[in-house]
Amino acid sequence: MSRTPASPIAHVGGRPVVLLRPSRATPAVPRPQPPRPVTREAAVQRAPSRRLAPRWRMADTAFRLTALAFALSVLAITGTIAVELFVRSAPARRAFGWSFLWTGVWDPVFSKFGALPFIYGTLATTAIALAIATPLGLGAAICLAELMPRRLGDGLTFLLELLVAVPSVVYGLVGVFVLVPLVRSVGAPIERLLGGLPLFAGPVYGIGLLTAGVLLAVMIVPFIIAVGREVLLAVPQAQRDGALALGATRWETVRQVVLPYARSGILGATFLALARALGETMAVTMVIGNRPDIVASLFAPAHTMAAVLANEFAEAASDVHLAALAEIGLVLFGITLAVNGVARLLILGMRGAERARA
Amino acid sequence: MRRWSLTFAVVLSIAGVALQAARGAVLVNGAGATFPYPIYSKWFDEFHKRNPDVQINYQSIGSGGGIRQVTDGTVDFGASDGPMTDEQLAATKVPILHLPTVLGAVVPTFNLAGIEALRFTPEALAGIFLGKITRWDDAVLAEANPGVKLPGQAIVPVHRSDGSGTTYVFTDYLTKVSPEWSSSVGKGTAVNWPVGIGGKGNEGVTGLVKQTPNTIGYVELVYAVQNKLPVGAVKNRGGRFVQASLDSITAAAASAASNMPPDFRVSITDAAAADAYPIASFTWLLVPTRIKDAEKGRAMKEFLAWMLADGQKIAPGLQYAPLPEAVIGLERQALERISVGTT
Repeated sequence: MSRTPASPIAHVGGRPVVLLRPSRATPAVPRPQPPRPVTREAAVQRAPSRRLAPRWRMADTAFRLTALAFALSVLAITGTIAVELFVRSAPARRAFGWSFLWTGVWDPVFSKFGALPFIYGTLATTAIALAIATPLGLGAAICLAELMPRRLGDGLTFLLELLVAVPSVVYGLVGVFVLVPLVRSVGAPIERLLGGLPLFAGPVYGIGLLTAGVLLAVMIVPFIIAVGREVLLAVPQAQRDGALALGATRWETVRQVVLPYARSGILGATFLALARALGETMAVTMVIGNRPDIVASLFAPAHTMAAVLANEFAEAASDVHLAALAEIGLVLFGITLAVNGVARLLILGMRGAERARA
Repeated sequence: MRRWSLTFAVVLSIAGVALQAARGAVLVNGAGATFPYPIYSKWFDEFHKRNPDVQINYQSIGSGGGIRQVTDGTVDFGASDGPMTDEQLAATKVPILHLPTVLGAVVPTFNLAGIEALRFTPEALAGIFLGKITRWDDAVLAEANPGVKLPGQAIVPVHRSDGSGTTYVFTDYLTKVSPEWSSSVGKGTAVNWPVGIGGKGNEGVTGLVKQTPNTIGYVELVYAVQNKLPVGAVKNRGGRFVQASLDSITAAAASAASNMPPDFRVSITDAAAADAYPIASFTWLLVPTRIKDAEKGRAMKEFLAWMLADGQKIAPGLQYAPLPEAVIGLERQALERISVGTT
């Protein structure tokens, strides 16, 4: 974190949002502090000088080592997951090699396993979810941050945070009882009209790719709204005032000043949502139809990587079956890693561009 | 200070409970099939009431998990809805005994507007799940259901998406009655379904069937009875259409008793008896034939003997078909094969 509190503008972007909320202004009158052996100010002032009393030096070292251990535990956990999945999937890698990634058959009886239908299902549902959730979430975030009175926005954001906390099996139930019949009744006329196109080919069961994608969109939209709103609120008021003073309308201000300013933060919010959509299991398996097929139609049942793990792991008896499931886990891990990496690069690139502009 | 004394008290009481457990009770651990879980937990509970010093824990983690854990020796016994394969048996350190406990059945259930009862021939079931019979008014279905006005709609088959003993029994049956199923799909806890959509668990299949018109699925009899689902009758090898019931399931088991293999690994689907329901199966406890811990071994054998006597009387109350007398007799003899202690 930057040590120059004078320019909060410098680190608008990724996630410094909370720090920059205008409402967090320091109170005018400092509260009385209880007496302490060494005041915090004194400790902070002394820290860079590196000439501490022995007692403090030890505490400092202990603190640093503990913090380092905590930080390394993140690496250890990620590493353990990767290594464990890699080791467990060894029999499958020996049996199928790289072809595992582009084989479309999943047959536990004859021990033939390929991950392609699951990769396709995961990517397709995630794409549908993002295509719906990003514009929706962004629009709602703009409304909450820019157009609504602050108090109302805070209240609605509280509701949004509640939505984030709803367990995914509950979303699944809502999907089964509300979304599935809805997709069936709306999908049937679409299929009659456009069924000739592969994208809308029937039959419309109500469950399938589209239903799973829409349900995922409903699940991730609160993320995008909540984070997006914080990012927009972090845009300095001076930027808006400047635009308005130049005669820009509300809409022009948002589109040409606020959104470009908050771009990398909004991208970050979207990728956070993307990560959740990739890994979502329970709600998806309840509405997707769990069929490892690659069909172009939005109405066709499909399967995802997370869903097949949840479905088959408990009863997988043969070693190759277990190993194939572990390899699916490995592939999912790899895809998540790649997506996050790309996100990081994009955000870095944007920040670089911003800095160059400024 | 007060917080410390509270912590101390909690630790002490936990230690006390643990100590008591260690001194008095014999703890036996098992894991496996989910289908018999309700009756097993009832049995272990009843047995504990009669023998307060024996506590049997059972985790319903699935048949596959049960087989793996008993093979690794991490539990004292396993449980499975499908018998272990020869390769699986070869991989165990101690020979494993299959002991049938109760019987279950898998029934076809469907969602057709205005139709409460249907009859299915083996050809019809295999054809539907192979994707060869695609419409409800197909001649094969119409012939078996005279007087029923079948709709001219596409059939939507529903199967289990999770690995399960229910799928094993259903596909075992289809493998026996349909050569084409046998060669192209086969039997297993999870198979490569030619058609249809998948639901997770009995509840998932039921949800899909109830919610989607023109569907057909398969669920455990217990589940169908509890949820009052429409259940189809199935034509058995004798040519009769039989509804699944405790009697028709036990009849299927009785017909198998006469040529029961010594290791009890027998499939009773497509049974020969005239009134047998054809999609039925034993469910098994997997017990190691050498139990080193003498106390555990004795407790285990006591439980098994009780299960074969009084335990069977509890089964019908929970919709599980009890074992036929002949099978109980064979199992009593088989209990002798379990050696207890270090010998």
